[in-house]
This record gives sequence, structure tokens and C-alpha cells, in this order.
Amino acid sequence: MATAATAPAHPQTTSHPQTGVWSWLTTVDHKRIGALYLYTALIWFLIGGLEALLIRMQLQGPNGRLISADTYNQLFTMHGTTMIFLVVMPMSAAFFNLLIPLQIGARDVAFPRLNAFSYWVYLFGSIFMNVSWLVKAAPDGGWFGYTPLTTYTYSPGLNIDFWMLGLQILGVSSLAAGFNFITTIINMRAPGMQFMRMPIFTWMSFVVQFLLVLAFPVITIALVFLQFDRFFGTQFYQAAAGADPLLWQHLFWVFGHPEVYILILPAFGLVSEVLPTFSRKPLFGYPVMVYSGILIAFLGFGVWAHHMFAVGMGPIADTLFALTTMLIGIPTGVKIFNWIFTMWGGDIRFTTAMKFAIALVALFTIGGISGVMHASPPADLQQTDTYFIVAHFHYVLFGGSMMGLWAGVYYYYPKLTGRMLNERLGNWHFWLTFVGMNLTFMPMHWSGLLGMPRRTWVYDSGQGLEIWNQMSSWGAYLQAVAVIVGFWNLWRSRSRGEVAGHNPWNAPTLEWSIPSPPPEYNFATIPTVTSRYPLWDANVPAPTDTTATTAKEKGIPMPNPTIKPLFVALWMTLMFSSMLLIHKDMLTAAVIGIITFATLMTLSLYSWLLTPLEDAH
Amino acid sequence: MSDHPQTGSHEEHEHPTWKQYKYVAIILTVITIVEVWVYYIPAFVATKLFVPALLIMSAVKFAIVVMFYMHLKYDHKLFRALFTGPLIIAAATMIVLLFLFGQLSISAG
Amino acid sequence: MSHAAAAGHPPTTTGLDHRKIAIWAFIGSECMLFTSLISTYLIYKGRSVTGPFPHEACNPPQCATALKPILNIPVTSASTFVLLMSSLFMVLALAAVENKGKPGWGKGDGWWGLGSSKLWLLATAIAGATFLGFQAYEFTSFVHEGLTIRTNLFGSSFFTLTGFHGAHVTVGVLWLLTLLAIDIKRGLGPKDALIVDISALYWHFVDVVWIAIFTLVYLIQ
Repeated sequence: MATAATAPAHPQTTSHPQTGVWSWLTTVDHKRIGALYLYTALIWFLIGGLEALLIRMQLQGPNGRLISADTYNQLFTMHGTTMIFLVVMPMSAAFFNLLIPLQIGARDVAFPRLNAFSYWVYLFGSIFMNVSWLVKAAPDGGWFGYTPLTTYTYSPGLNIDFWMLGLQILGVSSLAAGFNFITTIINMRAPGMQFMRMPIFTWMSFVVQFLLVLAFPVITIALVFLQFDRFFGTQFYQAAAGADPLLWQHLFWVFGHPEVYILILPAFGLVSEVLPTFSRKPLFGYPVMVYSGILIAFLGFGVWAHHMFAVGMGPIADTLFALTTMLIGIPTGVKIFNWIFTMWGGDIRFTTAMKFAIALVALFTIGGISGVMHASPPADLQQTDTYFIVAHFHYVLFGGSMMGLWAGVYYYYPKLTGRMLNERLGNWHFWLTFVGMNLTFMPMHWSGLLGMPRRTWVYDSGQGLEIWNQMSSWGAYLQAVAVIVGFWNLWRSRSRGEVAGHNPWNAPTLEWSIPSPPPEYNFATIPTVTSRYPLWDANVPAPTDTTATTAKEKGIPMPNPTIKPLFVALWMTLMFSSMLLIHKDMLTAAVIGIITFATLMTLSLYSWLLTPLEDAH
Repeated sequence: MSDHPQTGSHEEHEHPTWKQYKYVAIILTVITIVEVWVYYIPAFVATKLFVPALLIMSAVKFAIVVMFYMHLKYDHKLFRALFTGPLIIAAATMIVLLFLFGQLSISAG
Repeated sequence: MSHAAAAGHPPTTTGLDHRKIAIWAFIGSECMLFTSLISTYLIYKGRSVTGPFPHEACNPPQCATALKPILNIPVTSASTFVLLMSSLFMVLALAAVENKGKPGWGKGDGWWGLGSSKLWLLATAIAGATFLGFQAYEFTSFVHEGLTIRTNLFGSSFFTLTGFHGAHVTVGVLWLLTLLAIDIKRGLGPKDALIVDISALYWHFVDVVWIAIFTLVYLIQ
């Protein structure tokens, strides 16, 4: 029932008793943590984008000499690692943080301090990984770090050490968040918020948390083996000792395939929120959307070796994985149809968020089609390691995940900040992105089938590759302009955006029933839910509190801010960082560093665990 | 320790009794003894039954500890789901990996 | 027991405590961790180019000197038994905490008797530490016999797998000693049953992983 008809003159103040840097460092408020994730991820997005620009400048013409081969290896490795681990996943985490408690009618997540910890680990881990640039030793073995290239024999520098240790650190962040959100979604839903009434974003996020906690341990072990080989001389990836060079690949992809579903499902969830709102229709086939999400996650654990069709696993293995891979296209395709049917016959409003969401549906489909083509091992033998694959995954990751995430940004920025993003700028941002993206990646289907190999710093002239690479590079430059426009929109709207009310979009779910930005305690009274679309079914009473009050004034106990999670994250990062010294021939220093920081970490952890979450009440 | 949102009553569900705990401990001990015992029977070790027998025995120990000591039999169904889902994925992954690396063949080597 | 009516806190959706749900999710995750380690061990089984080997002898020319099979089943059986018993002690510790002060259980304040949580927590910790002692003995004797983590695929996968397990046991022992310290300082009673239950779940899981390792690494040849 809450409408956008009369938006307040000023945005609701955050009614937060604390301001200033310290309040951000000690926050355990999921909304602030979400904001931190978002802003940090957007900065890394710029860095990752810069890395891509340099790549495209190098590849614009044949035999480019803008950058060296070594630097090129670092650029494509860091571009991939950054975009996956430092941008898409954290942006998804930003939305998990911001939305999940609000969508289920809760006041916070199950473990607020663990939540803060996850963020700080991400921040410190991302900084650690990128410090490598400063010592000219950025990771250079690809984002997938295949052995034996990444073993010490073939990569004796610090590059791979940064990569391994960085990923281990980041893994802790994701795992902790996974346990947190699993518990939150199971255990903190408002009365009446049955599983099959939860918004689809929360459902997809729920599924993703399970993927996280089950997939990350596998890469942890793969990395441990690599660490042990590199630091301690073990034999896990040493062919001379009889090791199988494929062990890394299998372990990596057992993680890696669920990882790509981790990357796409949150965006799917966001689109599933945006499309119904701007079609003024409920989501078509809600139960099927839920079940297909669950099925995708489950099947996602059974397709990993389709990344290895060219290694010679044999016809039985190839066939089995081809079958499972084709199978997983079905629940995914079902979603596409459900989104289309959601819009069909609806009263469409083409806001920027809606445009980005529709773009995901179209572009992910294209990426999905090329994906199904790779699912056939014989076809893949031509496509693998060429730009055809690069085209595929950029269509699904950029055309899919990033488009969905931008839709989420445009949709939820008002809720987070109390102000609307500018629609004119948004329109430019969208179209420049859309055209730029297609101009960059569509030609890669051609250059790929013509045989242009991946991860190669130059290509020769006279192979028919020039025209496609020119197009790709110009597309990248166009995207750079798009990014500038988009970021300008984000920045400018903070103070000059139109003030948003509770529900500027007239959306149906619980997060739109509270002020923008939400008060510290989210809900003055925990709502009772009786439908999937509480606000459309007028099942949630109009909010009565229009004045900004603090949780304290309302008598609602909230967790106390604390610096402890930051410190535990810091000591942990420094502990891992000390291991870098091992290859600097400073073994004693490394050991001292590791023990010191491990001790500090343990002590800080004890201090954290023995401190009550809230004041006694 | 930190205060947390309240649980429902914790005591309401069934408990294994003392007798059951003792039984469990005895059964676990006995199975372990049998496992080690058969290890020392070369004739049995050479048969195709050896590996399946050991796997079954340890699976039984595993299940007993999980169901009784870890209370899974008596607790809310949610925990059963939280445990068996990952367990199935883990077991399937291990089996497929072993197959892919040639350590599992249809005709037991 | 439940004070759901207390100011401000909505009851949990399932009626269960957050921490219990989280520990089971954690245990599920750990299944994948140990599966990766165990799978690697089994993948590399029988593929070491040089000895020592777990169940077979290694003779020249494959090895410089003749090496016996290195695994010590009697000793490991003993340590396995100790760990198994530690799970029983843990169960008793939890029961003591849950039932403290109830009729037939006495106050459970002291160090003796079925109802003494301090006794059983200590017993569990000692059993865990004993298991670790056995591990330390095993590791050092293996090194003496020529098997280090670097020696071959068996050494690398064996020490990493059992080392990770041992690290988990160590964390468990520290956790138990912390609970014991709290018990000594302010006493653990029925209201603390949950946190003891959670540590018990962790402890039993670590035991259960060893059940798998003992069979797959030590007994199966």
C-alpha cells in the first residue's frame, strides 16, 4: 500500500548514532557492510577494467608491442582473478548483505561480527593480492593456475605465491559468509515467511551459500597442495615423482564449476526481483524458478570435467560429462522462459534497472548457446583455448552477471542511499555498456573459430584476425566511456539524486516496506507474512514510523559495534603474507611472522568470542 | 558467552539413554577389533570381500557415531538435511574422481 | 529455558539456536575438505615411484636399501581406540552439563563421578592429546625410517591428510580445555548445554573422519 506518490522532501537519515571512520571500521550492521562490499568491489571493477583495456590495446592490431609478454600474462591473470573474486562475488555479497535480512523480515544476520569479519578479510585479501603489482610480481599463471606451470620449477617468482595465498585468504571470507547466510535464511525468517514465500533473490542466494561452503574447501586443498609443493617440496604436482598433472585441474574445476554458478545465480535472483516489478506482474512460475535453481546447484557439482575435454580423459568420461553438461542447460533454459513469460502481457516500465535485467535475459541466452556448443567434446576440441570460449564466458559473466548486478544497483541504490539514480545518465550508461559489450565480445566468436588462441600476447597478421580484434578493442573503449558515465551517476546521485521514499518502484517485497535508507533496526515491528508479494497483496501494514529513531530509543537490542573482527582479519592476512618470505630465503623471518600473527589472531579471536554480542537485556 | 535469539525448548526431543550410549561404545569397539583382526588374515585379505567388508564396517561405525553420538537420529530433521546433502555430494565427487584416475574399475583389481 | 518473550528478540524460525545450525553447515563443508584430501591419497595410492610404501616392502633397485612397509597397524589401532573412547567421554561430558543439578545427578561440581563435567571434559581432552601423542610418535618414527612429506607421493599425501586431521584434533583439544577453564571458573550448567553440544558435534566429527582415514589409509591395502 505504500506508494511513491509523495516522497519525503529529505531522505530518511540513517538514524545511526555513529558517524565517522571509526563507525565504519567497527560496524556490524549488515547494511553498512553491504555498502562497504559494494564500494570496494566497484573500485576493483575499475582496476580490472583497466587491466582489460590494456589487454585490448595490446591486441588491437597484430604483433602489438605495447606491453611485454610477461606483463600480458600478469594482466590477463589479474583481470580474470579480479573480476571473479574481487568484483562479481563481492558485489553479490553486497546484495546478500543488504537484502537478505530485509527480504526475510529480520533485523540483522545470524552472526553480525562474523559478517564484518568476512568483509575485512575480503578487503585485506584483495589488497594483498594487488600489492604484487607494486613489486612487479603480479600473478601470471592464469586465474585457474594450472600446474605444472605454477609449480616452483616453472614459476620461481613471487607471482604465484601472491596468487595462492591471496585466494586462500579470500576463501576464508566466502566460507564465513556462507555459514552466516545459511543460518540467517534458515533461522531468521519472519513469521509466515515460509521457504516458498521467500523472494527469489533470497532463494538463489541461499542456494549459492551451499555452493560456496561445498566448493571452496576443494580449492583450498588444491591450493594447499600447491603451497606445500612450492614451499616445502612435496610431490603433489611433481611429474617426476609419479604425480598426475591432471590432479590440479580436476580439483580446481570441482571448485571452478560450482564457482560459475556462484557467479550467476545472484544476478539471476536480482533479475527475478526487477522483472516482476517493472512488468507489474508476479514472477511467472515461481516454484519452477526455485527448483531449477536448486537443480542447477546440485548438477553443477557433476559437470566439472567439461573444462577438460582436451586432456584425454577417454570416451567414457567425455561422454558422461557431456551429458551432464547438456542436462544442466535445461533448468537454466527454463529460467529464461519464465522471465520472458513474466514480461509477457505485463505493463512494462523501461527503467534503467529493467533494461539491464532484460539485457541479462538476452545476453545470457547467447552465452548459453555457445556454452551448449562447448558441451560437445568433439566441437569443443576446436573451440577450447580459443577466443570462442572467451566470447562464451564474457557473454555469461558480463552479459549475465554484470548486467544483473547493474540492474540490482539501479534498483536498490534508492533503498541503500535514499536517493534515486538519474535515469537519463542511466540510459546512457546502459546503452553504452550494451553496445560496447556486444562490440567487444561478439566478434570473438569469429576470431575464436578462426583459431585465435587465448592467453597469447600477440597474433600474427594475415590470418583474418585483424578486423575482429579492432572491433573488440573499440568495444572496450566504448565500455570505458560507459563506466565513466555509470560511475558519475553513482557519485552524483549521492547528493543530487531525487529523494526516494519507501517504495519508489511500487515493488512487492518486504524490503520496500521500510524507509530508505532503512533504520538501524530495519523493522520497527517484525512483520507477519502471508503471501509472496506482501506489499502488492496489501498484507503488510503501512509503516507507521516516519521519524528517525535509533534502536536504543525503540528498545530494540542491536549488536554492539566492535573492532575485533577487523583485527582478526588483519592478523590472519599478515600471517598468510609472512609466507611470502619463504621464497625470499628468509625462512626464519617467515616462521617468526607466521607464529606471531597466528598468536595475535588466536588472541583476538578469543577476545571476540568471549565478548557478548549485545548488551545484556 | 554472547546472548543469542532464543531457542525453543532444547530438552523436548528424545535422548539416547545410558544403555544406548554404552552399547554404542561397545559396538564401536567390537567393530574396530574385527576390522583389525581381519587385516591380519592374509587369506581373507586376498579375497574380493576384504575391501567391501572393511568399507561396510567403517560405514556402520560412521553412521552410529553420527546418529547417536552426534544425535542426528533424535534431532530436528533440518540437521539431517544439512549433513546428508553435503555427504552425498562429497561421496559422489570422490567416487567420480577415483574413477577418472583409474583407481576404480568395474572388475575389482 | 527459552526466554523468547524477552525484549526485542524474535524467536528463531525453527526454534533452534543459530550456532547449532552453523556448526552442522560447517561440518558439511568439512566433508568436502576431507573428501579432497582422502581422494588425493587414494588417487596416488600405489603410484609412488620410490619407497617407503604403506603396506609393501621396497627393495633395491627401487629403494637404495630394503625398506619394510611403514604403517604400524597395532599402534594405530591403539590410537584409533583412544579416539573412539574420547567420543564416549565427550558424550558423558555433555550429559553431565545437561543434567547438572537434576535429581540423581547431584550438583556435579566436583571432579569425580558420572555427573562431573570437569572430569569428562578433561578426559576427552586427555584422550585427544594422547591421540596426538601417538600421531607425533608415528610421524617421527616414519621420518626416521625414511618417509618425510617430501619423499614420495605417499609421504606427501599421507602427512598432509593425517596432518590436517591432527590439526583439527588440536583445535578440538584447545576448545575442550577452554570449556574446562570456563567450567572451573564459573561452572557449566544446563544453560550452557548448547555450547558444549556444539563442541561435541565438532569433536565427534573429527572422530568420524578418523574412522574413514583408518580404514582407507591403514587397513585397505
